[in-house]
Amino acid sequence: MCLGIPGKVIEIYERDGAHMGKADFDGIVKEICLEYLPEIEIGDYAVVHVGFAITRLDEESAMETLVLMKQMGVLKLELDPDAALAAEARIALDGEHR
Amino acid sequence: MKYLDEFRDPELARTLLDQIAATVTRHWVMMEVCGGQTHSIIRNGIDKLLPPEVELVHGPGCPVCVTPLDTIDKALAIAAQPGVIFCSFGDMLRVPGSDRDLFRVKSEGGDVRVVYSPLDAFRIAQQNPDRQVVFFGIGFETTAPANAMAVHMAKTHGLTNFSMLVSHVLVPPAIEAICSSPSNRVQAFLAAGHVCSVMGYADYAPLAEKYHVPIVVTGFEPLDILEGIRKTVLQLEAGRAEVENAYPRAVQRDGNPDARRMLADVFSVTDRNWRGIGMIPGSGWELSEKYRDFDAARRFTVTDIVTKESEICRSGEVLQGLIKPNQCEAFGTLCTPRKPLGATMVSTEGACAAYYNYGRFTESEGAPR
Repeated sequence: MCLGIPGKVIEIYERDGAHMGKADFDGIVKEICLEYLPEIEIGDYAVVHVGFAITRLDEESAMETLVLMKQMGVLKLELDPDAALAAEARIALDGEHR
Repeated sequence: MKYLDEFRDPELARTLLDQIAATVTRHWVMMEVCGGQTHSIIRNGIDKLLPPEVELVHGPGCPVCVTPLDTIDKALAIAAQPGVIFCSFGDMLRVPGSDRDLFRVKSEGGDVRVVYSPLDAFRIAQQNPDRQVVFFGIGFETTAPANAMAVHMAKTHGLTNFSMLVSHVLVPPAIEAICSSPSNRVQAFLAAGHVCSVMGYADYAPLAEKYHVPIVVTGFEPLDILEGIRKTVLQLEAGRAEVENAYPRAVQRDGNPDARRMLADVFSVTDRNWRGIGMIPGSGWELSEKYRDFDAARRFTVTDIVTKESEICRSGEVLQGLIKPNQCEAFGTLCTPRKPLGATMVSTEGACAAYYNYGRFTESEGAPR
């Protein structure tokens, strides 16, 4: 949750009066809020915290970080709430059956 | 050296380690205050690759772990109320309250939903005007801008069914609390890179000066951490105590000005109780007067909370860097990620979980040498 994940901005639009867009995180596409990086453009990379672009990043370091996060197995858990919930459920059930 | 092979650039890692070894002449204790860094350190065995003179201790860098017990209990009570949709980051679900956790509330019929972004909770409130939607707004300065925006959007859209249970914590006052503790051993800090991406690092200069501790802004990847440690050791050996940025590709001196403006509008500084540590003055954010109507703690009256911590769990000492996780008697036996006694064993950012997941079961596998 606290982890910032680099993503590539692939779409920019307004929604509910907020500057929003879509970012590609190594194949996983999520809606992100761009209010805090209003000048960011399509094709740029940013560090995204819980759906918010916080700081820009160059492509090379973004790619390196993504590879690392994939290795650590955190990418899907951070980006996909269903996967996170399923993981928590698995551990919780395991605990009860012990 | 099995660990070194796993670095993205083993040669660069070797060079950094050699420079650290060539610089260090005596024992130094440094602390990281970022759960992501703690995990990176243990996963990559950075503490074992370093020369024995450099000791890393893990600080209270896991927001889930320091969220106070009475706030967790309050969350559990609100989540169990009929008509409430309780939204949270996934990390909070199995954090033990006094007698249960959010996962238990959910399995007993509570409408507890895991969201990726606080804006998801805002949208759930838009789509369910007849339900009260509560978001569990926890975290350090990294998640705060997102949480702030959700409250701001709820206000601008006139949502009366959205509120936030806020328990935000701030890093600089925690560093101050550690420095001023009589039992403190920490001589330098690695400041969390992404916290500084938001807030910048000007706030750390008075701390570095007052307590004569180097504070080096550090990323969370293995090579970033080695570089942060290298810069820290150079300062310590030279007798310097400055704020230095070892993560310039993601951190500017003033952080993110747009985010900081929103934070200043939505939140105001408050004293905060840290789980396992205690009250730290000025170490938290609560909703500012302008946004008070969105405070779930005010909207939902939760009384008769009697908090009860585990009597065995030593997570407080772990969080303060006083012991390593595997020095706790319950570690890996009574306390595991499946049956956690404390939040540090639950969260993916907790130090106990990191030690457990990467097989550091005995003191020789990770304790001070």
